[in-house]
Amino acid sequence: MQSYVQIENAGMVFNTKKGKFTALTDITLNVEQGEFIALIGHSGCGKSTLLNLVAGLIDATDGVLLLANKEIKGPGPERAVVFQNHSLLPWLTAFENVHLAVEKVFGGSETKAQLKARTSAALNLVGLTHAANKLPGEISGGMKQRVGIARALAMEPKVLLMDEPFGALDALTRAHLQDELMKIVAATKSTVIMVTHDVDEAVLLSDRIVMMTNGPAATIGEILSVDLPRPRDRLALAHDAHYHDLRSQVLEFLYSRQMRPKEAA
Amino acid sequence: MSAVNATTENLSEILSGEDIAPTTKISAAAAPARRTPYFETESGKRLVEGTVNLFKGLIPPLLGILLFIALWALVANSGKSIPGPSETWAAAVELFSDPFYNNGPNDQGIGWNILNSLYRVGLGFGAAAVVGIPLGFMIGRFQFLNQMLSPIISILRPVSPLAWLPIGLLVLQKAEPASIWVIFISSIWPMVLNTAAGVQRIPQDYMNVARVLNLSEFKVFTKILFPAVLPYVLTGVRLSIGVAWLVIVAAEMLTGGVGIGFWVWDEWNNLNVAHIIIAIFVVGIVGLLLEQALMLLAKRFSYE
Ligand SMILES: Nc1ncnc2c1ncn2[C@@H]1O[C@H](COP(=O)(O)OP(=O)(O)OP(=O)(O)O)[C@@H](O)[C@H]1O
Ligand SMILES: [Mg+2]
Repeated sequence: MQSYVQIENAGMVFNTKKGKFTALTDITLNVEQGEFIALIGHSGCGKSTLLNLVAGLIDATDGVLLLANKEIKGPGPERAVVFQNHSLLPWLTAFENVHLAVEKVFGGSETKAQLKARTSAALNLVGLTHAANKLPGEISGGMKQRVGIARALAMEPKVLLMDEPFGALDALTRAHLQDELMKIVAATKSTVIMVTHDVDEAVLLSDRIVMMTNGPAATIGEILSVDLPRPRDRLALAHDAHYHDLRSQVLEFLYSRQMRPKEAA
Repeated sequence: MSAVNATTENLSEILSGEDIAPTTKISAAAAPARRTPYFETESGKRLVEGTVNLFKGLIPPLLGILLFIALWALVANSGKSIPGPSETWAAAVELFSDPFYNNGPNDQGIGWNILNSLYRVGLGFGAAAVVGIPLGFMIGRFQFLNQMLSPIISILRPVSPLAWLPIGLLVLQKAEPASIWVIFISSIWPMVLNTAAGVQRIPQDYMNVARVLNLSEFKVFTKILFPAVLPYVLTGVRLSIGVAWLVIVAAEMLTGGVGIGFWVWDEWNNLNVAHIIIAIFVVGIVGLLLEQALMLLAKRFSYE
């Protein structure tokens, strides 16, 4: 059987004012249905670019990307994106931002009341019921990010693409949302590709950690299988030797084999 | 109320001699029992501060206006041709005591003149908005149209508004539509250019949301394009109405009829300089009001 998401020798070259810039080269990755992939790598290596390729927001200049054996041509609501910079529409309230997505995906088959209930449920999930009627300009950065997460989850996508979704959150909210995400993914069997800077987060959440080399012309350096049994419990894992072993393998890759770009220069 | 109470209490304290008593212990113990005077409470302090700030804010502009009037009086006194502030004020009071009289087409109250000018501005500017804003949207959205029209716009935009008047008179045959045409053609550019710039500056992030959600063209327009561009449109509208009001006086001077511009010319022929000065103030104040009204509207629609 073919993998659900197939990335074959994908490359991305940007045309910039200073000429061509090769961001990604020779990326090959197969993601199974229901698999949780974490993308990790130093800043600027091309994680967002790879996510945008799968989202269909940009077109690969080399290779092919397939979703369920069909070539990815442009974006679509079955591949929801949690953007790195949240990308909420500033003139719509938190509720309206989520509702816009819910309406688009379920508007054809459900009543208005059902759509509203879905929207409220998504906001409730990220703990923002009280801020439903606030505009993005009136809420904190972490709250904006949570609205972005609610918007993506509410769409019940087949593939959930998340670009550092928990980056701007405090440790407690982050832990809470990680747990919620694990529950949702277990229940919906969604396929997830998530960019993160956080090694603990990558090990806790994912089935495989894709570690990228530094740019330019970044590619996949190593793939680590996280064979910890599910459901996973963060407290129990804190004392788990295998967890610490996996964690140090990622750290080893990031800090000794792929030095920070600045130090390398 | 509380301020008064506090004062009487302070008075009674002083009278009872507690404050001047040598035993400081007693007065210290008595202090908490004393009610705080109103101007020391939070809201009282805020009131005082607010009033002080208001006066501080008012002093510079008032000073500016006084200086201006003084300078004006000085200039008026040195020559004989320009009436001074008091003379002008008297004329203005007389003029505005009956703004809506009507003694035939060449002698109407100042109110009618202002309203007629506003009417022409409204028509010319309204037509410019109806054409200019959609045109700006299309220029911003379609690169081809942008490249096609930008040389024409670059040539036409800097043309002095009054240069369009002969064309208007020639084509439209009448003075009234010709002056409206001048308003139209001179006030359309800021709306076209600002709207187009707004469309081009929509952040890619918003369009990415639209693409991921696969929104219909209608939804993209109503939920993203329109609200994102609205502040730019309003800036264009504000600049345009300024231009329109600037141009109407000059256009009416040339075309005649009832209107503030023609009125200025008429008063010049009557050598009534006080009225000309009044007209200058009226034009300035009406322009300011139009601008402020649109600023309020723009604030209402800004989301940041
Ligand atoms: N549209 C573009 N045009 C030109 N260069 C681009 C473009 N988008 C990204 N790049 C370049 O590609 C490289 C990878 O960018 P990308 O945003 O994917 O990095 P990232 O791994 O997501 O970084 P971060 O962790 O800081 O978000 C960077 O060097 C960036 O400058
Ligand atoms: Mg990124």
